[in-house]
Amino acid sequence: MKILVCMSVVPDTTTKITFTDGDTRFNTQGVQYIINPYDELALTRALELAEPVNGSVTVVHVGLADSEPSIRKALSIGAGEAVRINAEPTDAQFVAAELAHWAKDKGFDLIMTGRESIDYNSGAVGGLLAAMLDMPSVNVITKIDVQGGLAHLERDIDGGRESSQCSLPLVVSAQKDLCEPRIPNMRGIMAARTKPLAVVEPAAGGAKTHYQKYELPPAKQGVRLIDPERAADLINILRNEAKVI
Amino acid sequence: MTILVFAEAADGAFKKSSFEAVCYARHIGNKTGAPVVAVALGITDAAVLESLSHYGADQVLSVAGTSFDHFDAQTQSAALAAAAQSLGANTVIVSNTYSGKAIAPRLAVHLNAALASNVVELPSLDNGFRVKRGVFSGKAFAWVDMNADSKVIALTPNSIDVTRDERSASYNTMNFQPAVASRLQVTGINKVSGKIPLTEAEVVVSGGRGLKGPEHWGMIEELATALGAATACSKPVSDMGWRPHSEHVGQTGITIKPNLYIAIGISGAIQHLAGVSSSKVIVAINKDAEAPFFKAADYGIVGDAFEVLPRLIAAARSGAQQA
Ligand SMILES: Cc1cc2nc3c(=O)[nH]c(=O)nc-3n(C[C@H](O)[C@H](O)[C@H](O)COP(=O)(O)OP(=O)(O)OC[C@H]3O[C@@H](n4cnc5c(N)ncnc54)[C@H](O)[C@@H]3O)c2cc1C
Ligand SMILES: Nc1ncnc2c1ncn2[C@@H]1O[C@H](COP(=O)(O)O)[C@@H](O)[C@H]1O
Repeated sequence: MKILVCMSVVPDTTTKITFTDGDTRFNTQGVQYIINPYDELALTRALELAEPVNGSVTVVHVGLADSEPSIRKALSIGAGEAVRINAEPTDAQFVAAELAHWAKDKGFDLIMTGRESIDYNSGAVGGLLAAMLDMPSVNVITKIDVQGGLAHLERDIDGGRESSQCSLPLVVSAQKDLCEPRIPNMRGIMAARTKPLAVVEPAAGGAKTHYQKYELPPAKQGVRLIDPERAADLINILRNEAKVI
Repeated sequence: MTILVFAEAADGAFKKSSFEAVCYARHIGNKTGAPVVAVALGITDAAVLESLSHYGADQVLSVAGTSFDHFDAQTQSAALAAAAQSLGANTVIVSNTYSGKAIAPRLAVHLNAALASNVVELPSLDNGFRVKRGVFSGKAFAWVDMNADSKVIALTPNSIDVTRDERSASYNTMNFQPAVASRLQVTGINKVSGKIPLTEAEVVVSGGRGLKGPEHWGMIEELATALGAATACSKPVSDMGWRPHSEHVGQTGITIKPNLYIAIGISGAIQHLAGVSSSKVIVAINKDAEAPFFKAADYGIVGDAFEVLPRLIAAARSGAQQA
């Protein structure tokens, strides 16, 4: 079984988000970058699926050289090889077009992405890629097992869970619950140093959106405190002043 | 130039988020003069279809011919693409629900369209086509230009008001057969019955580690029931198995924007706030006056949850009886 894991690199979850250049650019000053948490789940589950059947797990990332520490981390977690498509990931459509162009003849049985990148929250690359490769796609999966070329899946739906099965090849996007993310061990870190990390040049292009300006949510006016002894007043305020219940 | 809206249904009726999507399309239609066509997949009940005309649909198109009973993003997006192509529609609005998020990207590929998901406001049409979308998991917003003739927009539920706009719509049907048979087979659906789905809820009551253990969630549920609310929790609460992962909100959980979010015994860590800060009104209840949540809240009670909650439940119930 050949598995491809698409990985994005995002600001650490503790990052305070600010913008520069008249709010037209994300301020990367002092920002720590990490593997997108959902992609870490996808990678871990890919390894769990591949290892017992001697399958392979390849990690692919569209991004510039400054992402390489995160790519090395993916290799130390256990991916066999990694590919970096050397371009700035300007939007989901650009990224997906590059991924599709690179992956189309490689015969992957399963392509895994995260549910969304926690920076641009498109939740789109997986579906775009699947459509470009003409494969079925199942998003926000919380479970995947593969037996005899058939994937058994569970995914989140609004207000519940759905189980399904689908023959490979297939694109899925990982949601929490899929597995516990693996942490690299010493052996993995040593091995990662000599694993292949290929750099390929972009070919397809095709961004269709332009990020024109950013803004932060409006600041709160300040909290209005209510006496805990008179907690019932809160319900009255919510009902008659805020009018939200 | 036609605007198409995917009217997503659940249990045979359209979701509120579908009416929001129709209103969004109506707004664009009013600005540009383009007609609004609402498309339903596998819904044939005339009364149900008619509900779309109350919010500004000029035409309602019901697609049949294949089974849409089970969700397959590949089949549904192909059906919507066929509908868009037959109508010459260049703008498609879907809801940013789990299904909508699965369909929108595939549809964008079919239509060679620019895609914007997680859209949270009406567009600005003065200078091209500009949408506002949530980024950095609730920590910021971005205005994005959509630079293609065709556009697919996924609108986050609860982002715009639903306004009535009665139309005498025309009703049509279309037959659709997928070019490739679906390889996906749904084998079971497990809905949490009787509960309001978190992603659709207008009021959410949420508990954190301050509640000490799963045995105290009865109080959270009682308050939620009295307010007609869904329940949520912080990440450690779901990590420890006190509550299911599907209730975990925040940067690595679900992002929600209800009208009212009540956080009880939750400290207000940056990752938690990211997922809830777009809520219209936020209430924090915490025994620690220094808890960061109070900085992000509109109303607060500094007090012990175990004393405050019973009072809130009683007050919420008595009001509910009066109403
Ligand atoms: C990569 C990463 C991603 C994360 N993503 C998320 C996420 O998506 N969502 C999320 O929620 N967290 C997330 N976290 C965790 C986050 O940083 C916090 O640890 C978490 O939100 C804290 O949960 P809590 O407020 O329930 O618990 P605590 O921080 O332990 O806070 C408990 C609160 O309860 C109060 N309290 C105690 N007893 C009472 C009482 N009797 N009555 C009233 N109040 C009481 C205390 O004063 C305290 O403020 C993430 C962390 C990391 C590292
Ligand atoms: N630059 C990238 N390179 C490779 N994969 C990516 C990239 N950006 C996003 N992805 C994948 O697509 C998923 C969804 O991302 P997004 O559509 O940006 O929210 C991520 O979880 C990754 O698996």
